[in-house]
Amino acid sequence: MAEPFVGPSAVAERGPAVPGRFDRPGIGTFLAYLLAIAFFVASIDGIGISVEDLVAGIPGIGRMIGQMFPPDLSRLDSIALALLETFQMALVGTVFGIVLSLPLAILATRSQTPHILLYGCSRALISLFRTVPDLVWALLFVIAVGLGPFAGALAIMIDTIGFCGRFFAEAMEEADHGPQEALTALGASRLGRVFCAVIPAALPSFIGASLFSLEKATRASVVLGLVGAGGIGIELKVAMDLFSYAQAATIILSIFLLVLVVERVSTFLRQRVI
Amino acid sequence: MLALQPRPLAADPIRVEAAAPTPLAGAAVPAAVDLDIRGMVKSFGEAKPVLNGVDLAVLRGQSVALIGANGAGKSTLLRCCLRLIEAEGGSVRLLERDVRRLAPRDLRRLRARVGFVFQRHNLVPRLSALSNVVHGAQARHAGARYWLHGLAPKAVREEAMHCLDLVGLPHIARQRVDSLSGGQSQRVAIARALMQRPQFVMADEPVASLDPNAGEEVMGLFSDLMRREGLTLLFSSHDLRHAVDYADRIVGLRAGRVELDGPARAQDFAGLREIYG
Repeated sequence: MAEPFVGPSAVAERGPAVPGRFDRPGIGTFLAYLLAIAFFVASIDGIGISVEDLVAGIPGIGRMIGQMFPPDLSRLDSIALALLETFQMALVGTVFGIVLSLPLAILATRSQTPHILLYGCSRALISLFRTVPDLVWALLFVIAVGLGPFAGALAIMIDTIGFCGRFFAEAMEEADHGPQEALTALGASRLGRVFCAVIPAALPSFIGASLFSLEKATRASVVLGLVGAGGIGIELKVAMDLFSYAQAATIILSIFLLVLVVERVSTFLRQRVI
Repeated sequence: MLALQPRPLAADPIRVEAAAPTPLAGAAVPAAVDLDIRGMVKSFGEAKPVLNGVDLAVLRGQSVALIGANGAGKSTLLRCCLRLIEAEGGSVRLLERDVRRLAPRDLRRLRARVGFVFQRHNLVPRLSALSNVVHGAQARHAGARYWLHGLAPKAVREEAMHCLDLVGLPHIARQRVDSLSGGQSQRVAIARALMQRPQFVMADEPVASLDPNAGEEVMGLFSDLMRREGLTLLFSSHDLRHAVDYADRIVGLRAGRVELDGPARAQDFAGLREIYG
């Protein structure tokens, strides 16, 4: 005789207990969450958020925007030259930064480094370059080599080494181990293995990180001008200090255009190459 | 008398009567031993070692198939022979060198004389087939000229093309290997091994990732090339028919030990299947 049909609900009744949707946090985790929320609330209080000040400031912003239009195009040629210098600074700094970050990244990759001491030193150097803000590097280089775009390019180079060094090392760490094993098995040197198996595997990440660092450097090079490290930043500062908002508008729009073009070209290249 | 001493099989669960390795046909003098493994032990931290005292000798020019269930230690054994994985005990003499005592530079020189074909071909995906084959020349030369086919000297590129021709793929030389089929990729990997001008070839389940037709085609080509070039071959396989058809001798591993060792022609499939039991 056939057994009576047992429906899903009946199975559920006698089956194992269904685990809860979420794990109940332990007392330590709960206290950590509580502390984080309390610190965030204290931070809001600490920075003195004031809705009244924000509302009162809106007419001032409106007035400034009103004075910005129409933008003043009388100094367009010198603004264009400063813009070109800004991009040159970003490009040269980024390219040198990328080139120098490659050997440093190889040393900072645990699976490729020739010695653990070199690994530690290169990781520390990359961390230093990455954690100190580019504006601080720019101030240091302005003191070292004087005012101008060279100081800015050096600051961008150091910042790029910090950024690309870390991403390149991570990409090489994640590279497929199979081709590396094949190169090892046929007696290739360490350098041969890195250049033949590791770098080709990590190349899409290298290109992505390099293009992103160019975009980042283009934006940063605008700000670096504010501390005298060349580029269009100083033009913007002077225009704002002299309340020439119409001229500032031209500068801001041209910066926007430059950053937009670099981002578009970068996206196009990333799609084509990767 | 053969230099190789066949291991005693009296206590083995699968007994093969004709266990002595087949000497090369018509050989008047004893064949040299290209690979001599004694008491190899390797574990990966588990209580039970993956290799638990493996003894194996392979004669020059011989073709030996390693069979055994998953986890029997076939891949580990092959890798330990070239120190891609370090064994914990025992000795390995490969092409008259004591592998476990070699300094890094000498180890690289030895590896250069041994072609290794992997289950998943292990080619560099973004590079062309020709560049991948040119990599094989790094066994003999160092330097950036052997990293890409575009940088390689003319003679090296010609030799790489000849190797691709031997595996029947001269027409895909400039194609990226990630656009090739599994069978084509494995043939390129064989061409890369040939480019090394090896004296010994090891292959770790070379056709396991291929469909039956491609597997048959690649295995036939591989075996023919090894015989034509007079190379010693040690390959692992799950395909018992490949072991019988393409090897002179079959060695079965079970639980990290050699449990079967005999001429391929003397084996029957039912007997061989016992190694998986």
